Amino acid sequence: MTATQIQSPRSGKISPQYRRNGASKGNFEMAAWLFMRLSGVVLVVLIFGHLFVNLLVGDGIHAIDFGFVAGKWADPFWQFWDLAMLWLAMLHGTNGVRTIINDYAEKDSSRFWLKAVLYAATAVIIILGTLVIFTFNPCPLDVNGVPLPGGFCPAA
Amino acid sequence: MSAELAEPASKIELPAHIGGGGEIPTFDVHLRVRRYNPEVSEDATWDDFHVTMYGTDRVLDALHKVKWEIDGSVSFRRSCAHGVCGSDAMRINGRNRLACKTLLKDLDTSKPITVEPIKGLPVEKDLIVDMEPFFQSFREVMPFLINKGHEPTKERLQSAEDRERFDDTTKCILCAACTSSCPVFWTDGQYFGPAAIVNAHRFIFDSRDDAGDMRLEILNDKEGVWRCRTTFNCSEACPRGIQVTQAIAEVKQAILSRKI
Repeated sequence: MTATQIQSPRSGKISPQYRRNGASKGNFEMAAWLFMRLSGVVLVVLIFGHLFVNLLVGDGIHAIDFGFVAGKWADPFWQFWDLAMLWLAMLHGTNGVRTIINDYAEKDSSRFWLKAVLYAATAVIIILGTLVIFTFNPCPLDVNGVPLPGGFCPAA
Repeated sequence: MSAELAEPASKIELPAHIGGGGEIPTFDVHLRVRRYNPEVSEDATWDDFHVTMYGTDRVLDALHKVKWEIDGSVSFRRSCAHGVCGSDAMRINGRNRLACKTLLKDLDTSKPITVEPIKGLPVEKDLIVDMEPFFQSFREVMPFLINKGHEPTKERLQSAEDRERFDDTTKCILCAACTSSCPVFWTDGQYFGPAAIVNAHRFIFDSRDDAGDMRLEILNDKEGVWRCRTTFNCSEACPRGIQVTQAIAEVKQAILSRKI
């Protein structure tokens, strides 16, 4: 009688793709989930308010030009409104794309790089947008103190 | 004895006076089964079978007929064959169903009926998948009563209202139809999955249980309830009609209200 080779049982072994690497600390996913809902509600108000004021009030869409935007950003109320809209929309969208990447990226490396590109793009747009809202000057002067041509600003 | 009339796999003979009688209609079924045998080939293929079935038959009866009369190597799990044990969950015409609860007459028999293993779990052979990752998640939510008080001498009493709170999630039979219908689980096998959350829900909302907070903490994980995208695939797939997505939402709410 020859000894039969019996393979060790396969049951009970879980392949690495199913194994959770320890419990994650903190409440980040919960905070992200909550932020999506709250920012969504606020954005509905902000965006429809934005569309209403820009496109329907007064001359509506025909009034929009450089001067219209300059006028709005001279008012701290609209500065704050646009700032809130920028930050909430960017973070809301970034978090949405982050979850999509988490869901669909199959390799850890592609997930890492997709997220790196996403976060870099988000940072650039948020910083640039914030800078524009607060440093916007409708009547820039050239080195000699003379207003640059443009036709929106009365000569000083 | 091949001339003998074929007997329906599930035989129902009712006398005419109580609505039975007459012949059970028969029809031809084209069954397309996903076959995989790692000892022969790494690739899965489709096998086609044509069988004559009766109006009272289920997909499981067709599979039995194939296995018993055409190709004995077709492999699938089934134990009770009556929708209780939950071992024959499979993907029938692209939807997760129990083969023993899906009547052939409810499917479009003019087209081939596709039968595949449930998705997202490693296939072992044909329609048999490795359920170990699924059960591991189930174990991790501690699906058993934990009570810190003194052991009562009698049974632990509970009001009908308290029992009603988690009644829906007591129905789970661990067939994995929900978890393996979840698109998040397909790409992220580390996700706890609907079934584990349903079974955690069953104890979290049990008034006799004291470890609800521990289970909520486990499911507040990166791979826990927040992974759910509310696509409702799980609720659609559940053969017991459990409102799975609602149960997951209730666990989310419980975690939120505990933290805030």
